[in-house]
Amino acid sequence: MGILEVSGVNKRFGGLQALGDVNLSVEEKSVHAIIGPNGAGKSTLLNCLVGKLIPDSGSVMFDGQSVLGRKPHEINQMGISRVFQTPEIFGDLTVLENMLIPVFAKRDGAFRMHAIESVPHEKDVIARAEEMLAEVKMLEKSGMTASSLSRGDKRRLEMAMCLVQEPKLLLLDEPTAGMARADTENTIQLLKDIRTERGITMAIIEHDMNVVFSLADRITVLAQGTPLVEDIPDNIKGHPKVREAYLGEAQV
Amino acid sequence: MLGLNKNDATLFLVVLALTMLAPFILNPFPEGSGMAQFNAGYPDLMQRFVIFGIFAIGFNILFGLTGYLSFGHAAFLGVGSYAAIWSLKLFTLDVIPAIIFAIILAGAFSLLVGFISLRRSGIYFSILTLAFAQMSYALAYSVLTPLTGGETGLQIKGTDTPLLSNVADGEIGRANLLGAEMSSGFDMAVGSWLFTFNLGYYIAAVAMLIAFYLSIRIFRSPFGMMLRAVKSNQQRMNYTGLSPKPYTLAAFVISGMYAGLAGGLMVAMDTQVGPERMFWTASGEVVIMTILGGAGTLLGPVLGAGFIKYFENIVSKINKDILHNWFAFLPDGFEDVMVSLVYPFVGKGWHLTLGILFMLVVIFLPGGLVEGGQRLIGLFRRKSKSSEAGKADGTEPAE
Repeated sequence: MGILEVSGVNKRFGGLQALGDVNLSVEEKSVHAIIGPNGAGKSTLLNCLVGKLIPDSGSVMFDGQSVLGRKPHEINQMGISRVFQTPEIFGDLTVLENMLIPVFAKRDGAFRMHAIESVPHEKDVIARAEEMLAEVKMLEKSGMTASSLSRGDKRRLEMAMCLVQEPKLLLLDEPTAGMARADTENTIQLLKDIRTERGITMAIIEHDMNVVFSLADRITVLAQGTPLVEDIPDNIKGHPKVREAYLGEAQV
Repeated sequence: MLGLNKNDATLFLVVLALTMLAPFILNPFPEGSGMAQFNAGYPDLMQRFVIFGIFAIGFNILFGLTGYLSFGHAAFLGVGSYAAIWSLKLFTLDVIPAIIFAIILAGAFSLLVGFISLRRSGIYFSILTLAFAQMSYALAYSVLTPLTGGETGLQIKGTDTPLLSNVADGEIGRANLLGAEMSSGFDMAVGSWLFTFNLGYYIAAVAMLIAFYLSIRIFRSPFGMMLRAVKSNQQRMNYTGLSPKPYTLAAFVISGMYAGLAGGLMVAMDTQVGPERMFWTASGEVVIMTILGGAGTLLGPVLGAGFIKYFENIVSKINKDILHNWFAFLPDGFEDVMVSLVYPFVGKGWHLTLGILFMLVVIFLPGGLVEGGQRLIGLFRRKSKSSEAGKADGTEPAE
């Protein structure tokens, strides 16, 4: 039994069957990649996992509990953190404040009226945030406004904001989309480091299978809303069904 | 000091000194001199400075931190005012319970309005709050006349006999604090200067200082940081395990309570209230005050409130005769030309000047008067530094 169990999930938008009977199991401490061509339903599936969409039928179990019907912040509090395609950070706030917020969220839950306490007095929270910033080598940038960071630094900051919460599952939505080759390789390296150092379970949604090839333990190929194959990376690359999904029938 | 860092403590002490010494500071010109009309140190206006300061400080907690632009905050001011006047009429002529009732009722009403309006954001949120405020105005004006006195509003009358106060039959009660009337005070003449000290003003000033202090604490708290996170990126907030709605609602209610405090103080000062206090222009005014002074800054709302109230009460009183006096040194023809050029911008035309100023601030100083002040200070620092260091180095640390 995996930490994340998706079974029989269907999602329909009007006449379009975005997801059809999706089954997926992500093992604890593993890296599971979900790849597929454009329009395969990858993002829809991800949105069903984080509470942004509710599937028409089926179940999504995380750590023994259903996530269906829960709001995104509740699902985060259960232990799922999400990295976006374009880094979502608090652009108007400083790098340190960006880091403090997830630490507060982890400690205090979804809402707490700490209106009279002073941030500088929260020594433990600041220490934890600075420790994490040091780990991703951004401590010297902690006073900068987050929106002024480079794209690569924004990605690292967002990743660090997720990691500081010690999630049980880290979801990544095309983490290298739109990146230059060098940035892509840096990001892959960063993910590998996270994996070896922290042993965090990861699910990666990706269009480009080369990105996840060296990273994933298992790969699920999604096409037209349905899983085609699920296997270890070596068996995926040459799989005829996968080639067909990616290249289209014309070239078969 | 008081749990504030050094800069904030300095800022607070400066505001403390300014408000306590306001009767001196606002009356810099000797009585009877030509400039005496620019004196703002009379109780009525000083009270308005600090009361609208409170209103704007509260509004800034919502708008400045979360970015949610409420266009209906006058409704909470009005509800606070009505609550306070009923407390004076029925319960006691002491102002403290009246102010407390005002805060509680405004808070409860803002909880309701906020709960509904915050289902939407952006322009839809603004429209919802505007709709609520206009509804409140219309109700107070018509249907709720038994509660609000309709068009004429409510005053303390000879027939009112508050439960805890001894008022002789037919005597019109006066608001007081532990027996001291709001209008009590004394004048102090120094040479040809006259300074007026008024109890009502000092009560309002103390309330503003408390409000200002609390606002600093909120700005520097984890809660304040979450409010800025709401403004910055709600998506990330959700996926960080935080629920933006209760944070925004809490900010909305806090700012509604500030408005209630301001409304209660208004009634404490002049013991009357009418529905026009909730009209949409009153809601717009606090928006303008906050933006003019500097939204999201600590001092900005207070500055903006003072600035606008000064214009409204001082610049609006400059009439043609005064202008003729000013330009009397010019040859006759020029005098008339100058007067007719300047006249549209003063007196009844003060809105024109204020409008132009507002546009200039929004375009050139998006951070409001506070940003203007910071730039000025930066300029002076640079000058004094470069004169000290000669022409050694032109680089400046970023402010």
